[in-house]
Amino acid sequence: MTPLLEVQNLTMRFGGLTAVDRLNFKVEKGNIHGLIGPNGAGKTTTFNMVSGFYKPSQGRVLLNGQDISGLPMHEVANRGVVRTFQHSTLFGELSVLDNALIGTHMTFRPNLLKAILGLDSSARRDALDRARTSLEFFGLADVEHEMAGDLSHGHQRALGMAVAYASRPDLILLDEPFTGMNPEETRRMMGLMRRLCAEGTTILLVEHDMQAIMGLCDNITCMSFGKFLAEGSPAEIRNHPDVIEAYLGGARHVA
Amino acid sequence: MRNFVIWVALAIALIVLPNLVSFSQQEVLVFLTINILVVASYRLLTLTGEWSLGHVVIMGVGAYASALVTKELGLWVPLGIIVGGLASALIALALSVPLFRMKGFYFLIGSFAAGEIIRLLWKRFRDPFGGAKGIKGIDPMPDFSIGIYQFDFFEPVSYFYFSAVVVALCLWILWRIEKSPVGLTFHAVHWQDKLAQASGVNLRRYRTMAFVIASGFAGIAGALLAHYIGTINPNSFDVEVMVFVLTWAIVGGTGTFYGPILGCVVLTILNEIVLRELGLEQTRPLIYGLILILSILFMPNGLESIVQKVTRRKDAK
Ligand SMILES: Nc1ncnc2c1ncn2[C@@H]1O[C@H](COP(=O)(O)OP(=O)(O)OP(=O)(O)O)[C@@H](O)[C@H]1O
Ligand SMILES: [Mg+2]
Repeated sequence: MTPLLEVQNLTMRFGGLTAVDRLNFKVEKGNIHGLIGPNGAGKTTTFNMVSGFYKPSQGRVLLNGQDISGLPMHEVANRGVVRTFQHSTLFGELSVLDNALIGTHMTFRPNLLKAILGLDSSARRDALDRARTSLEFFGLADVEHEMAGDLSHGHQRALGMAVAYASRPDLILLDEPFTGMNPEETRRMMGLMRRLCAEGTTILLVEHDMQAIMGLCDNITCMSFGKFLAEGSPAEIRNHPDVIEAYLGGARHVA
Repeated sequence: MRNFVIWVALAIALIVLPNLVSFSQQEVLVFLTINILVVASYRLLTLTGEWSLGHVVIMGVGAYASALVTKELGLWVPLGIIVGGLASALIALALSVPLFRMKGFYFLIGSFAAGEIIRLLWKRFRDPFGGAKGIKGIDPMPDFSIGIYQFDFFEPVSYFYFSAVVVALCLWILWRIEKSPVGLTFHAVHWQDKLAQASGVNLRRYRTMAFVIASGFAGIAGALLAHYIGTINPNSFDVEVMVFVLTWAIVGGTGTFYGPILGCVVLTILNEIVLRELGLEQTRPLIYGLILILSILFMPNGLESIVQKVTRRKDAK
């Protein structure tokens, strides 16, 4: 069976620096797949290439076997791959509800003429329902009228995911979703991700919180200095000598 | 119900208003009405975060187009005005191809350059644009009657009523757009284009859409102007006018729909009543510049922020 996502020889060079170097991995449909590595390993850069934010210097990104490398980000999103950002990236000046509404953009495409003539009320209602469901899913229902920029850090992370979830993607790329969350919030969020996965969304997860990664992922790819290092189940990765070496040599330790 | 009463009261006030003022003030009312459409359409563009210096020239495109199709082809003036809007929208669509390769400051400069090129073309091609002298003897709006009122477009009052209806309709459409999912997407493109794009928004498409719509309405405003004053030339749409539009928008504030309109009304009243009475008309650009600087320094969110403060205080009570 073709995997949902496959990257082949994915490479990104910034001038002289090779941030990602001939990376290969596959994400199976229905899995929670972890992408780990020490700081600066190239995880975010990989996300940026998969999501279309960067054009790979070399290599390919295949979605359901189709080449999507180099497509602009909105085109990739329209093919069902939606991402969140490492640093909370929200519409800070808009309300929480409006943030989620933007997430419904692809399903309920705004139509200028219908909007002027008032013929889009049912689409607007459905979009509102969808946005509220997404907020509820991430426990944000009672802050929907607050400005996104005024939310606590944990809530902001959750809202980032709610915006992504509002488009009902096939594959969701989460870049360090647990940073800034307290242990209680992290635990709750892990439960939500399992539910998301059970609903049929495939998740590709970058995270430094090893307990969360080990507890959630079906499969983990580890990279270091842009290169593929190891792949396997959480148990295999935890005991992999190269992985331990990479983390001990790097800034952080495997928890 | 309360809203309905307010709107009816406003309509009555607008019907009565021109009968209370002098002839020259009636003329000012016509210009004010047209200028309101210019700033309101300008705001739609600023929703996506882009500021253009070509808006007034694009308004001129509508003026020239409407003047030409009515004069040369004998098109009925109301249709000419619509053609003017369409012409501006089309020019904006064409300009969007090079301009939206740029963002922010570069877009600003690019839009200025594009506008100057258009003005050069008007000057350069005497046929059909009339060169530096422009177009004279533009067809006026044909008189007509709606039973209770006889529109005689020799009178500014009639033209005020006519343009007020057209502008009100345009404002209503602009308002509907802003409050729609399309408007929300404009905001999204402005505040966080990365996230908008990750949510599947085609940034280029929405920037272009805002530019084209804003330009279309500016074109209608230009056409309204052309058929009122009867003569236009490249200098009717020069950068000095653009500075006025920017001043109205910035002094009023672009955070709300009514901000730029408020700026336009307040500054026009100031200009016409205060400056003209004091005989300081010639110093208008100077005074506008001063007001612009002062308002950026002391009122960065514009007049609308004062209105918001007042209404909020009332709500709190
Ligand atoms: N736009 C860019 N221009 C130049 N260098 C970049 C750029 N983006 C990333 N890099 C470099 O590429 C390398 C990989 O960065 P990346 O952000 O992908 O790491 P990461 O694995 O996400 O790290 P972290 O865990 O700290 O988020 C780093 O050395 C970084 O400095
Ligand atoms: Mg990163």
